[in-house]
Amino acid sequence: MKFWMHGIFGAVLAGGLWGGIWQIVLTMALIVSTGAGLSLQTGPAVLAGASAGLFAILFRSKSTMLRHICGVLAMGVLIWGFSLGAPYDPRAILPAWQSWLTLVIAAGAGWFSIAAAIGNMSPARQARYAAEKFYLRLVWGLGLIMFVLIVAIPFYVMVMTSLKSQQSLLGNPLDFSIDPGVGGAVLFRSYIELFTKYDFGTLLINSTIVSVMTVLITLLFAVPGAYAVARLRFPGRKWLSGSVLLIYLIPAIILVIPLYAVFSQLGLRNSLLGLCIVYPATTIPVALYMLRGYFAGLPSELDDAGLMDGLSRLQIITRIAMPLSTPAIASVALYVFMIAWNEFLFAFMFLDDVKLFTLSRGIVSLNSSEVPRQHLMAGAVIATTPVLVIFLWFERFLVSGLTAGSVKG
Amino acid sequence: MSDGARRRGEGALARREKRLAYSLLLPTFALVLGVILLPLLANFWISFKPVTLADLRPPQLIVKEQLRGKLAAEGDTARIEYRFRNSSIKYPLGEVSFTDTLPDGIKITGLDEACRIDETTAKLTCELGDLDAKSRGRIRIEIEALTGDPPGKADFRASAPAATFSAYNVMTSFDFTLGNFQKIFSAAEFWDVLKVSVYYTVFGTAGALLFGLFAAQIMQKAFFGRPVIRGLMLFPYVAPVIAVAFSWVVLFDPFSGAVNAMLQQMDVASGPINFFGQRMIEVSFFGVAFNLPMALTMVILFEVWRYFPLSFLFILARMQSIPSDIYEAAEIDGATPMQQFRFLSLPHIAGILAVLFLLRFIWTFNKFDDIFLLTGGNAGTRTLTVNVYEQAFAISNLGAGAAVAVVIFVLLLVFSIIFIRFSPKDAG
Repeated sequence: MKFWMHGIFGAVLAGGLWGGIWQIVLTMALIVSTGAGLSLQTGPAVLAGASAGLFAILFRSKSTMLRHICGVLAMGVLIWGFSLGAPYDPRAILPAWQSWLTLVIAAGAGWFSIAAAIGNMSPARQARYAAEKFYLRLVWGLGLIMFVLIVAIPFYVMVMTSLKSQQSLLGNPLDFSIDPGVGGAVLFRSYIELFTKYDFGTLLINSTIVSVMTVLITLLFAVPGAYAVARLRFPGRKWLSGSVLLIYLIPAIILVIPLYAVFSQLGLRNSLLGLCIVYPATTIPVALYMLRGYFAGLPSELDDAGLMDGLSRLQIITRIAMPLSTPAIASVALYVFMIAWNEFLFAFMFLDDVKLFTLSRGIVSLNSSEVPRQHLMAGAVIATTPVLVIFLWFERFLVSGLTAGSVKG
Repeated sequence: MSDGARRRGEGALARREKRLAYSLLLPTFALVLGVILLPLLANFWISFKPVTLADLRPPQLIVKEQLRGKLAAEGDTARIEYRFRNSSIKYPLGEVSFTDTLPDGIKITGLDEACRIDETTAKLTCELGDLDAKSRGRIRIEIEALTGDPPGKADFRASAPAATFSAYNVMTSFDFTLGNFQKIFSAAEFWDVLKVSVYYTVFGTAGALLFGLFAAQIMQKAFFGRPVIRGLMLFPYVAPVIAVAFSWVVLFDPFSGAVNAMLQQMDVASGPINFFGQRMIEVSFFGVAFNLPMALTMVILFEVWRYFPLSFLFILARMQSIPSDIYEAAEIDGATPMQQFRFLSLPHIAGILAVLFLLRFIWTFNKFDDIFLLTGGNAGTRTLTVNVYEQAFAISNLGAGAAVAVVIFVLLLVFSIIFIRFSPKDAG
């Protein structure tokens, strides 16, 4: 007898899992939002969820509204009952309303998760199709919650830590709350200190200079090159378009020692100019590859028409090919900007002079025991914000660019 | 027009096109040659040389000039003192000499035997011969003022002594050694480093790919808030490595980190766990105790966390290009969801999965920043790339670092050959 094919088993399983998951998530949320030392009680919530699952599959009323109201109520009562009236805070540390509010959220979230997973399944043995659908619904929900949490938590911690004081960080690492009531100057003290004491303004300017220069040089080199590979016939063209990405597989760490040696002797090492030479060399191949694909997609009749009208090839590039491929050029530019902005290895190896530090280089130097953690995290926020703003703003562009160019990481 | 003439005409046009193409590609080619290909070759060169970080500063002769005594009136005597030293602590200097121009208004009364003076130009030349490493010395020249307004200290300093010498430069010499390779291969840790590299690469790649596949399956279904969540899921990948790596370090800090506090709060762990600093940890899972390489597991998890978005993006893009009618047909035929995934989706995304696996495998193998920032290569997380840094810059042995880099390059060559051999034609 395949018990796992039965609706009733599935309902109990889904109920138990969702009950437990929400208990963990909400207890953690309660701990981090209040800073209180609560202990986790998964058992009662699992039992409550399993019972609610049983209820959900047995009580399949015609009226969805009625079913949901009953379900939420049942879930709440069950969690409360199985945990003997104290689901989150048995030692009564918190004000009662916080526990009650959490219970309401748990009841709602728990019930709707369970109901969504169960759907319209019957308690009886299911056909393989329906059983698989059910298990996939369950895994889908659990997976979605997991991904959102694991992605969001580090970023939230970064922002939250940057807004805290040293005492509150050491005093209670679990207090994730941000108190906007303390006023801007206190809340943003780490940022203010970074800009006044650690000269982050200069770092921002340096990073911007290097990134913008990298974008300009990359485009200046890659646009004509990509056009040549896409449009002109010459021996070695096939070989070139195939091998250009091989350069992408060469790790920077192999190049670091010789470049360090040569740049030291040329006096380029401790300078932004050195970075403006190295970064484009690493981004041009992929920029060329991405633009080549786009140029090749433009109708070549346009070029022929331009040639007939007496334009030179360079004029064709600037007056026909480039205006028509603005989206591709924009996505390459943004993508190259992000690579240069995020680059760490060469900045770390080459720059010694604090005045020349880029953000990446400057933030590494904050990672010491003398600098408080919240400063480090404030630095991280400063470095991340421009990239994420660009990313969110131009997401559609960038996503197509990312997939077209198979970004290096 | 004859056939021959037409062919010649086309030939001229084709030649012009060829020349134009080469001139358009020339700047790119020059830059890539200079910054990527030549350094690659130079790395091989360095790997066979006994070079340390200190050798990057070439040996110098440092000469300092000083006026001893004061010249105030005619007939006053004083002394010019030249102190010189070889700046290198390792290499001698050959055929050392320096020249200096003396100011007017003085007469030389005592000249060191190594020196001679050209009376017409007042140019002093001192031949010092060979200088051993670290050696130093001084040369004194007695002078006498000829006028009532003799030159002062500033006049002597106006012309700086110019040194000429032949120095040994280990970088450009033809001394080669296999010592670097002997050193790295005989080091007991080398095979550990290789093993860690392989673990990191295999598990990091496979994990990122599986999570990406899972995320793509989840995001395939339309639901409220999908665009927002899809954007969020790409955050780990687009944010600067420096920011996310340090966020993890802060989050998992043994004393002030939230994860440790949470684990202790919930009675999962009894004491603080140093996630990024502990080599091994004993884990008991349902009563079965086993040893887990803690720090290595953490850096692999970080790798998976940071790079699953890339696989996710590619797989999702590929899945959305699969025509939906084949799924409808399968649905009518009664295919279950898993069967649809197995027999419809998987064959369609197999190509991109293979490409992603190979690309990510190579890039993970090449990865340096992440581990360096998280653990600094300590606690059993030293991969080959971190070892390059460690040898070249932490122990200051550039030659050994380059030798490790050569090992990386050779392994990459093997991977690349596999990549080219198996790369599907419809990639991406």
